[in-house]
Amino acid sequence: MAFEGLSEKLQQTFKKLRGKGKLTEKDVKEGMREVKLALLEADVNFLVVKDFVNRVTERAIGSEVMESLTPGQQVVKIVNEQLTELMGGSPSRISFSSKGITKVMLVGLQGAGKTTAAAKLASYFKRHNNKSPLMIACDVYRPAAIKQLQIVGEKAGIPVFTMGDRIRPADIAKAGVSEAEKNGNNVVIIDTAGRLHVDEELMSELEEIKNSVHPDLTLLVVDAMTGQDAVNVADTFNKRVGIDGVVLTKLDGDTRGGAALSVKAVTGKPVMYAGIGEKIEDLEVFYPDRMASRILGMGDVITLIEKAQQSIDQKKALEMEKKLRSQQFTLEDFMEQLKQVKNMGPIDQLMGMIPGLNTAKMGALKVDEKELAHVEAIINSMTPEERRDPSIINGSRRRRIAAGSGTRIQDVNRLLKQFEQTRKLMKQFADMGKRPNKGKLGFPFMK
Amino acid sequence: MTENQTGIFSRLKEGLAKSRNHLKEKIDGVLGLKGRIDEESLEELEEILITADVGVRTSMEVISRLRQKVRAEKEYQSQDIKTALKSVLKEMLKEEAEGKQGETDKKVILVVGVNGVGKTTTIGKLANLYKAQGKRVLLAAGDTFRAAAIDQLEVWSKRAGVEMTKHSEGSDPAAVVFDAINAAKARNVDVLICDTAGRLHNKKNLMEELRKVQRVINREMENFDRETYIVLDATTGQNALNQADIFKEVVDITGIILTKLDGTAKGGMVFAIKDQLGIPVKFIGVGEKIDDLQPFDSDQFVDAIID
Repeated sequence: MAFEGLSEKLQQTFKKLRGKGKLTEKDVKEGMREVKLALLEADVNFLVVKDFVNRVTERAIGSEVMESLTPGQQVVKIVNEQLTELMGGSPSRISFSSKGITKVMLVGLQGAGKTTAAAKLASYFKRHNNKSPLMIACDVYRPAAIKQLQIVGEKAGIPVFTMGDRIRPADIAKAGVSEAEKNGNNVVIIDTAGRLHVDEELMSELEEIKNSVHPDLTLLVVDAMTGQDAVNVADTFNKRVGIDGVVLTKLDGDTRGGAALSVKAVTGKPVMYAGIGEKIEDLEVFYPDRMASRILGMGDVITLIEKAQQSIDQKKALEMEKKLRSQQFTLEDFMEQLKQVKNMGPIDQLMGMIPGLNTAKMGALKVDEKELAHVEAIINSMTPEERRDPSIINGSRRRRIAAGSGTRIQDVNRLLKQFEQTRKLMKQFADMGKRPNKGKLGFPFMK
Repeated sequence: MTENQTGIFSRLKEGLAKSRNHLKEKIDGVLGLKGRIDEESLEELEEILITADVGVRTSMEVISRLRQKVRAEKEYQSQDIKTALKSVLKEMLKEEAEGKQGETDKKVILVVGVNGVGKTTTIGKLANLYKAQGKRVLLAAGDTFRAAAIDQLEVWSKRAGVEMTKHSEGSDPAAVVFDAINAAKARNVDVLICDTAGRLHNKKNLMEELRKVQRVINREMENFDRETYIVLDATTGQNALNQADIFKEVVDITGIILTKLDGTAKGGMVFAIKDQLGIPVKFIGVGEKIDDLQPFDSDQFVDAIID
C-alpha cells in the first residue's frame, strides 16, 4: 500500500464513487477523504491539501454533481480542474530580452541540483532557443563546486566564468556579466551555493548578488522528493530573494512530487522546467496540466503520445495498429515493438504515462539491453508456427526453445507472459489511437 | 563518545530549535487550552505529526497507540499526554542491541543514497569523527560518476587529515573499492569509508552497480565489521521510505544517517522507516562544519522535537 502510486489510489477512489447511481454529500466527503490522504502521501503540504479539498468539496456537493448522470466523472472533472488550476494551467516559458543579456540566477537548498540544472538549462537554451549562454560559478563554499560546473560546462559545450572561491559571489556575478558582454553571450546562468533558508548570512548574500546584477529570472531549484517543508523553503526564498519560477529536479525518481503543488500554492510562481534524468539533455519544459492529469491517474497521455511520435516509425506503427485490430500481433512484431519502445526511453517511465496502467503489476515488463538479447535468442529459436501462435507452445516445445536459445525454461515462460501483457498493452495503444481527442480517452474508470 | 559531546548536542538542539519552537507552540496550543484530551485534540496531534513528515499511516499508528494510553488512564492532563506521545515516539525508534559482525575492531562503511542528500559531506564528517577517536581512516572515492565528486571528497579528506584512494572519473566504482580494501589491509587501516555516486533508487542499472560494490566488500572484508549507511535528507518527504526500502533490497543497509536537520525540516519519516522497515538512525547531520555530525540518540531526538 505504501508504494502504490497516487494515480492508482485516486482511481480506486473514483471507482468507488462510480459504483453509485447518485452522489450524496456523504459520498463526496468520503471520496475527499481519500483524495486528502492520497495527496498527503504524495507530500503535498498539509495546509495546501486542506484548502484544496475544501474547494473541491464545495464545488462537488452541489447541483453540478447531483444532476450529473455519472457522478464519478463529474468529481474527476472537478478535482482535475482544481488541480490544474492550482498547478497553473499552461506551461510558462522564459521570455528572453530582445537586446542584451538575459540573466538567470539559480537558488535553492543544498543538494537540490542547482549545478546540474545550470548546465541542463544552458544546454537547453543553446539547443532550443539558439542562445549562446555563459555560466557563472558563484558557489564559493562547497568543495569542488566550481570544478563540477566547469566539467559539466565542458560536457555541454558551455563556457564557464569563474574567479575562484576567494571573491565575493556578488562581485563574481557582476564580473561574469561583463565577461558575457565582452564575449557576446546573450544568456548568463548564475550558479549559487546551496543554502538553508534559515541561514541569515547566506540569504543576505543572495540579495547582494541580486542587487549587483539584477537577474531577469530568479529560479528556485526544488528537489521533487521534498516533503512538508517545501512550503517553508519556497516561502522564505520567495520573500527574501524573490523568485520568478521553479525548476523541479529528480522527477525521474518514483516520488509522487507533491512538492510541485505545494511550492506553486505557496509562492504563486510556476514550475517552469523539470529535470528528468542524469544526462545533460534530460530537462523538459514543465507542463502543469499534464502533471495534474498524471496525479489524477489519467496518465501523462500527451507526453507519451509526443514521445511515441518522435520515436516510432509512422509506417510501422500503422502496420502494427492494423495487426492489433485484426488480432494478428505475433512474437515477431513483439520483437519489433520492444526495439521501438526501447528507443523511446526507459520503459517503466513510459508505463507511468499510460492511463489506467498499474505500473507495479507491469513490473515484469521492464526491459534492458541484455534481456533484449535473450528475448531475441528465444524468439529466434521458435518455429514460424510458434511465433505466429504462441498458444501452441507446450512443455516440450518450451524445453526445446530454452535449449536452442541457451536460456532457461523460466526465461521462456517469462517471455511468453510478457508477450501476453504487451499484447494487452498494445491494445490500449490502439484504443487510444482510435480516440485521439484528449477528453475522450478510454480511462478505465470513466466507462 | 567524543570529548565535546555536550557541545555537539547543544548544536543539535540549536539546529532543531526553530522546528521545535514551532511544534511546541502547536502542541501547547492543542493541549494547553483543554486540559483534558478528547478525540479532536488527538486529531490535531495527528496533523502535527503529518506536517513533520511522519506520514499519514505512521501518524495514524502513533495516534492509535497514544489513544490506547489515554484510554487506559482517564483524566489525562496536557503534560501527561505530551509524555505519553513522547514515549510512543521513543518506543518506535528504540533499537534492539545488536551483536558485532566482525572478529576485529576494524570497520568498513559503505555510504549510499540518492543524489544530493549529502553523502560526500557526511563522509568528511564521519572521517573526522573516527580520526578524533584515534583511528586510522581511509576514504574510497567511489563516486566516479558526478563531475568533481572525487575532488570534493579529496578536500574533505584533507580537512579531516585522512588518506584517500581514488581512480579517475568514469572508472568502475567496484574497482576503486577493491583497491581501497587492499590499501586498507596493507596499511592496517581501522576504518575504511566508501563513497558512492548518488543514484535514484528506481534506476535498475545503477542499483546493480551498487550490488557489485557490496559484493566486493562482503567477499574481501568478511572478517570486518561491515556497515552500510543510507544517507537521507531530512527535507525529503515520504519518498524516503521508498528509498530505504529499495536500497535495502540491493545492499545490506544497517543504518540511516539523517542530514540537514539544521533547517526547518523535521525528518519525521525516520519513524515510518524504523517502524516499517526496522532500519535505525545512526547519525544525524546538524550543520556545515566538519564536527556537525552527531551519533543518534532517539530519546534526545524525540525530546528535542517535542519539548
